[in-house]
Amino acid sequence: MTLRPTSLNLIAGLVLIALPFVYRDPYHLHILILILIWSFAYTSWAVMGRFGLVSLGHGGFMGVGAYVTVLLWNHFGLSPWLGIPIALACAGLLALVVAYPCFRFRITGHYFALVTLALSGIVLQVITATRNHTGGSLGITPERTKGSHIWALQFDDKIVWYLIALGVWAGGLLIWSWIDRSMGRYAMEAISEDEDAAAAAGVNVTAQKLRITVISALMTAMAGAIYAQYQMFISPDTVSGIGISLQMVFAAVVGGIYVALGPTVGAIITILLAEVLRIGFGTKAVGWDNLVYGVLLVVFIIFLPKGILGSLLSSISTRSKRQNG
Amino acid sequence: MLVVNGLVKRFGGFTAVNNVSFKVDKGEILGLIGPNGSGKSTIFNMLSGTFPPSAGSISFEGRELAGLAPHRIINAGVGRTFQIPRPFKRLTIFENVALAGFYGQGSHSSAKAQEAAERALAMVGLPTDRTAPVDGLGAAGLKKLELAKALATAPKLLLADESLGGLDESEMDQAADMLRKIRDELGITIIWVEHIMGVLMRVVDRVMVLDHGEKIAEGLPSKVVSDPRVVEVYLGTDAHSTQAAAAAAEARR
Repeated sequence: MTLRPTSLNLIAGLVLIALPFVYRDPYHLHILILILIWSFAYTSWAVMGRFGLVSLGHGGFMGVGAYVTVLLWNHFGLSPWLGIPIALACAGLLALVVAYPCFRFRITGHYFALVTLALSGIVLQVITATRNHTGGSLGITPERTKGSHIWALQFDDKIVWYLIALGVWAGGLLIWSWIDRSMGRYAMEAISEDEDAAAAAGVNVTAQKLRITVISALMTAMAGAIYAQYQMFISPDTVSGIGISLQMVFAAVVGGIYVALGPTVGAIITILLAEVLRIGFGTKAVGWDNLVYGVLLVVFIIFLPKGILGSLLSSISTRSKRQNG
Repeated sequence: MLVVNGLVKRFGGFTAVNNVSFKVDKGEILGLIGPNGSGKSTIFNMLSGTFPPSAGSISFEGRELAGLAPHRIINAGVGRTFQIPRPFKRLTIFENVALAGFYGQGSHSSAKAQEAAERALAMVGLPTDRTAPVDGLGAAGLKKLELAKALATAPKLLLADESLGGLDESEMDQAADMLRKIRDELGITIIWVEHIMGVLMRVVDRVMVLDHGEKIAEGLPSKVVSDPRVVEVYLGTDAHSTQAAAAAAEARR
């Protein structure tokens, strides 16, 4: 599915922009902001996941994005406007260091997934080992600014955050559709089917895989940084670690990794599920959402590999084909 | 155009190709034959960069190719087909070929890639519409697609790997004529690896015969088929196929 600047997209965009000015319930706005930020994170994962590059380490990239931004601010007073680009550069470098040997020596499939799983473990270890600076597993809070809110990228108004999150999410969808329409998509589809045959068509397999991995890592780090600035609190449990890495895989797969809005649908479902359990059952339900995720993931991989949105769209398109034909 | 010197490939203690040297002149079709496991495919894989040679040099238009990555060799002008067709099933027929046209020619322009794809598809006789899926192709169609992909990379030298396996006799003849047409009309030099000797002999200018990784004969088809070593190792005691090959070689003169 590609996103074209059709009138439908334009109207949807305007409605989404106007929404917080009409409807101001802070709790619902908070949920919407979380959905947008996580949708962006899941989209970032699916940018490479859709081509069979299954990473179980994207929590690592998200953690780098969040922690580098916050640490630069707390320890050096460096504005997130400079800190975020540095954080993205760190995540991109990390992606290169991990992915280049994998792709160069053709570590693919399950083995690639295991290497990336180790990556999120390593980032977690680094955060806890340097607890004097990072706060370890207790987490860390960006220091409240005494000066300009814009310079510190700290806003009290949820409407501002809603618009920032909306912009970042839309940016993620634009990157998705840009890749979708490029020759790079053909190259990646070819690589995911048969690397030797892709190379025989002239594709530089290693470079193409690195490119998509770095794009995905940069986007994920961006999601981490925005999350940190919005929540004003990060811990390994919320932005890094294996739990977050697996949550990204789960949500993206449930929503559908082959369609642009699939990861967004995945974010809506997982976040609403977590909220319903939290409100309905309170502390009794701690961890239930993970149990439900696990069961659903198994069900989806077996019965709905295209995800909810993907299956829905393809059933609509076969039905309309049948009517036309 | 291609000068191969002292090519060696060892896998552990096993020597798959042992000190093979040969030349290919511009505009000729060289047939490469030999029994299973004689090293034909190994030579192809070294020429196309799937793996590097253990020793020896591969000089193409004065440029050393040994050890280069596959995409660099493609971009230098050496295209290949695979023994078993390897289409990208998630892409359409056109996209398969356009992909090769784009990356095989150095990723410059997608308009140029689409033109190359249209020409290549028309050349091999596949539909040039944008939506036809790969699913609908049979064995002969898949071989044509394989060839179209290789042609779209604009090769000067085409490595055609056993392109006739799985075809019936008339399809084989068509495919053999196709390779000749590619040489005659596009001026592409061809190295053709093939099991089925009769068809090959009808089309090639020269033949090289391999056995156990070594070159045992090289020359005109009519000379090679009567070489006693070739008869012994390649054709064995099956006198019928020897005669058929000899007849085919005779017929083309």
